[in-house]
Amino acid sequence: MQRWTDEQVEQAVGNVLRTGVIVAAAVTVIGGAAYLARHGHDIVTYGVFRGPVDGLTSVGGIVRHALTGQTSAIIQLGLLVLIATPVARVALSLIGFIRQADRTYMAITAVVLAILAFSLAGGRL
Amino acid sequence: MTALELSGLILVGAFLAGLLGSLTGLGGGMVIVPLLTIAFGVDLHYAIGASLISVIATSSGAAAAYVKEGYTNIRLGMLLEIATTTGALGGAFIAGLISTNAIAYVFAAMLVFSAYLSARPRLEHLSVERSDVWARPLRLTSTYPTSAGLEDYGVTRVPLGFGLMFIAGILSGLLGIGSGALKVLAMDNAMRLPFKVSTTTSNFMIGVTAAASAGVYLRRGYIDPALSFPVMLGVLAGALLGARLLSRIHTRRLRQIFAFVILALAAEMVYKASSGRI
Repeated sequence: MQRWTDEQVEQAVGNVLRTGVIVAAAVTVIGGAAYLARHGHDIVTYGVFRGPVDGLTSVGGIVRHALTGQTSAIIQLGLLVLIATPVARVALSLIGFIRQADRTYMAITAVVLAILAFSLAGGRL
Repeated sequence: MTALELSGLILVGAFLAGLLGSLTGLGGGMVIVPLLTIAFGVDLHYAIGASLISVIATSSGAAAAYVKEGYTNIRLGMLLEIATTTGALGGAFIAGLISTNAIAYVFAAMLVFSAYLSARPRLEHLSVERSDVWARPLRLTSTYPTSAGLEDYGVTRVPLGFGLMFIAGILSGLLGIGSGALKVLAMDNAMRLPFKVSTTTSNFMIGVTAAASAGVYLRRGYIDPALSFPVMLGVLAGALLGARLLSRIHTRRLRQIFAFVILALAAEMVYKASSGRI
């Protein structure tokens, strides 16, 4: 397996971050525009917390509702891509440290990735 | 207000928050939560949810550029992310247990503290010789580009820095902010890194820290899509413009003015919380 230099890992990390933000912003803009086209004249208020809304709080639910064309779920899908971007960055760093055979940082990065997975999986790991 | 009007106003407000946050180095999150709760009457849970999303966007967007310039210390960032993500998970859980009033008071205290940190001059103190015992085995010492070529730097007091990062993580998860000011404080003063390294490494860590609490926020319903999208897009656009302007304008006076704005927001948050309207 070919070794990666620190510079190569840095370049790859930079690309992942940029792509993630661009894709997230694009999906969010599409969902937001569709939402406003459909609900733009509704009266809205965010003064009272309503608690979790079904279908917008889990990865599976968001993807399912977005596929049916529900506009708020499409926005949420974009936000999910955004949340996944730093996670992908950590995963890529892990691959980088594996390629560099850096055992200490393989372990450190794996711990960070596990904490992120624990959070996104809803504490059910 | 209709969804169209409200989204437009929030987009403009978020743009200004992102612009000021990036020009002053405080980050948009510090302003977004008071802006949404005070000016738009948004519930605090939705406000910290939308703010956290904008924090991930600006951190990732800026880190993409910084990482390639070679200032970011990726190993140090990864090590400290163990502290910040653990803290952020804890902070996000605490946010669901305590009242919105209590969160507002902590937020106001953090605003005052950040205003103090941003108004204070930063002193550059490098330490090549006096590195911590942890620095060598963990390969934390590194080099950074200067006008005279690559220069070495050391890292001091790693355990203290790690502890401060845990606190920064808790505050990030509790308040939906990046805690950039506290992260930079830990790297400048405790670990004695060069400015460019502490600023960029702090920013690099903010996105991962925020992602750790975002999972908890998402399940609790703090992240409202219709509110979050104008906030995220506005802050992101403002922060990108700010980064371009940064090299061309003097930010000292701006930072002083901004410190006063932040103190006023803190006072308003305390007043609203004490009268039970937050």
